[in-house]
Amino acid sequence: MFYTLFTQLRRVGVPVSLKEYLLLLEAMSMNLAGYQVTDFYYLARAALVKDERHLDKFDQVFSFVFRGMEYLDEVMTAELPDEWLKALTEKFLTEEEKAEIEALGGWDKIMEELQKRLEEQEKRHEGGSKAIGTGGTSPFGNSGYNPEGVRIGQEKGRHGKAVKVWDKREYKNLDDTVELGTRNIKVALRRLRRFAREGAPTELALDETIRETAHKGYLDLVFRPERHNTVKVLLFFDVGGSMDPHIRLCEELFSAARTEFKHMEYFYFHNCPYEFVWKNNRRRHAERTDMWEVLHTYPADYKVIFVGDATMSPYEITYPGGSVEHWNEEPGGLWMQRITEIYDRAIWLNPTPERYWHNTPSIQIMQQMMGDRMYGLTLDGLDNAMKELSK
Amino acid sequence: MHFKGTKDYVATEDLRVAVNASIALERPLLIKGEPGTGKTVLAHEVAGALGVPLIQWHIKSTTKAQQGLYEYDAVSRLRDSQLGDAKVQDIGNYIKKGKMWEAFTSTERPVLLIDEIDKADIEFPNDLLLELDRMEFFVYETGEQVKAVQRPIVMITSNNEKELPDAFLRRCFFHYIKFPDADTMTEIVNVHFPDLKGKLLTEALNVFYEVRETPGLKKKPSTSELLDWLKLLLVEDIDPEVLKERDPTKLIPPLHGALLKNEQDVTLFERLAFLARRESRG
Repeated sequence: MFYTLFTQLRRVGVPVSLKEYLLLLEAMSMNLAGYQVTDFYYLARAALVKDERHLDKFDQVFSFVFRGMEYLDEVMTAELPDEWLKALTEKFLTEEEKAEIEALGGWDKIMEELQKRLEEQEKRHEGGSKAIGTGGTSPFGNSGYNPEGVRIGQEKGRHGKAVKVWDKREYKNLDDTVELGTRNIKVALRRLRRFAREGAPTELALDETIRETAHKGYLDLVFRPERHNTVKVLLFFDVGGSMDPHIRLCEELFSAARTEFKHMEYFYFHNCPYEFVWKNNRRRHAERTDMWEVLHTYPADYKVIFVGDATMSPYEITYPGGSVEHWNEEPGGLWMQRITEIYDRAIWLNPTPERYWHNTPSIQIMQQMMGDRMYGLTLDGLDNAMKELSK
Repeated sequence: MHFKGTKDYVATEDLRVAVNASIALERPLLIKGEPGTGKTVLAHEVAGALGVPLIQWHIKSTTKAQQGLYEYDAVSRLRDSQLGDAKVQDIGNYIKKGKMWEAFTSTERPVLLIDEIDKADIEFPNDLLLELDRMEFFVYETGEQVKAVQRPIVMITSNNEKELPDAFLRRCFFHYIKFPDADTMTEIVNVHFPDLKGKLLTEALNVFYEVRETPGLKKKPSTSELLDWLKLLLVEDIDPEVLKERDPTKLIPPLHGALLKNEQDVTLFERLAFLARRESRG
């Protein structure tokens, strides 16, 4: 049952496990969905999807699996003998519903109407006739229920609405790798956190106290320093030129990073790091920091994050004097090499969508220099980047 | 046990299905959603609607999983032992029951709310796996096995500050409370302010959704902020006509401080209003 839904979900990368699948089946066997396709949708969603990022994918898969069944239905309806349907009516419909059918002009009238609608129907109709299908009765039962209960009662909207619920794809925004807000960035950056005890002892170490007291025979309080996040981060931001369209993204990254880490230093560069960087973008020509000074000031246990699109002329990396802004004695590539040699935990975040990377030679050079540790500035990329950094 | 929403709380159908599934299958329900969409309130309402006790466990960054089970107050025992108190002989006197223990031994099947689970340490959910699964745990100090009389209805809220481990997620039902659409919002507002003039409500909602759609807001106003704002509008007795004002020179809604909580947002909003004004002149 619903095996297709399960496999399709796995195929598009929604992490559903057997456990969740069985949970859904258990729920179904307890009749929790009440043979309503909307309820089944809600139930399946609650049981199978555990992250709002996957809700959109789920909706699409559901719609896909569902649509297949819909076609099946139509074929069957057309071939079903009336008698079967009638018999099933007796079986499935409540007195109320039967009365409703009578009100609509009786069985024959409805069949006629149905026939008409089937012909009129566009490729996709609403009204989800799967209700019985979800309950797991025979395929005939499936369509048998369909003519009176569902399709003709369409304007009642119940099932019609249901189709819309997942076709609306309301969770699109939550999906995926594109959306990147400060909050998301923070969550991703938190992977980096590493706690350790450092500084003044202010916290009572209970276990130690008990041990020491037992040992000495009088109350001996032992203190230890509090736990702090000890991760140190050095950020290099590319500013100006081709980075301008990405400024907002970088701003968010920056503000998120700032609150997340206790030791965080940032510097700006343009296109490629050379022999100097700066901290104040307005006074970039007046207040420069020598790159050697940076390399000497921050110890090797700092983690280095470059943020830039790495889109430039390859000469800017490989040749002396290649810089577009000043005369550089040594090529940018040499500086990159020095940085990556000192800081073995270094990554590059690139706001350019990953699919364009191979079109730009400079990105490829940079990626090579970073030892393939270049990641897209998306949630996914950030996540992978942080994993790499925290290894 | 079946949850149908309450007169104070508008539960959408998908939420109801998720809640009922978690009640029937005795699995925890994990609730996520934008801040202010009523995640915590849900547990209160479920407990209220079912008429069962609510046990709340609010998680902080320092909370340990063990604290939910029990705590052994070694310091008191140490002190008592130095005072020669007879209580010392029984270690059970120094075991303090945690919220989960409380929930396990409750005579009625309670609702256990584990609020903001993402605040805790990253290992926190993992430490609770077995306890939430089997609903039992072992007290080492006394050698006692605590087992749930009835499996409590567990509701867990998260603000998404940390990713929860897969093994934990697999054991839960999940529901994401999406931001209510205009219809649901009207329903929600009606529940809270039944005597709100219809016209004022429509206008207020229009303004509210407009503010929400302002591009670039750092923190979009949520349901709870809307309710606060309406309260203010009622107190101030604002005329619906004022809200209806589409004259660009008066674009800033009255008492907008209740909706926008961030000074950058307020500036942004005012700047947009200013731009609109200039355009209308030119």
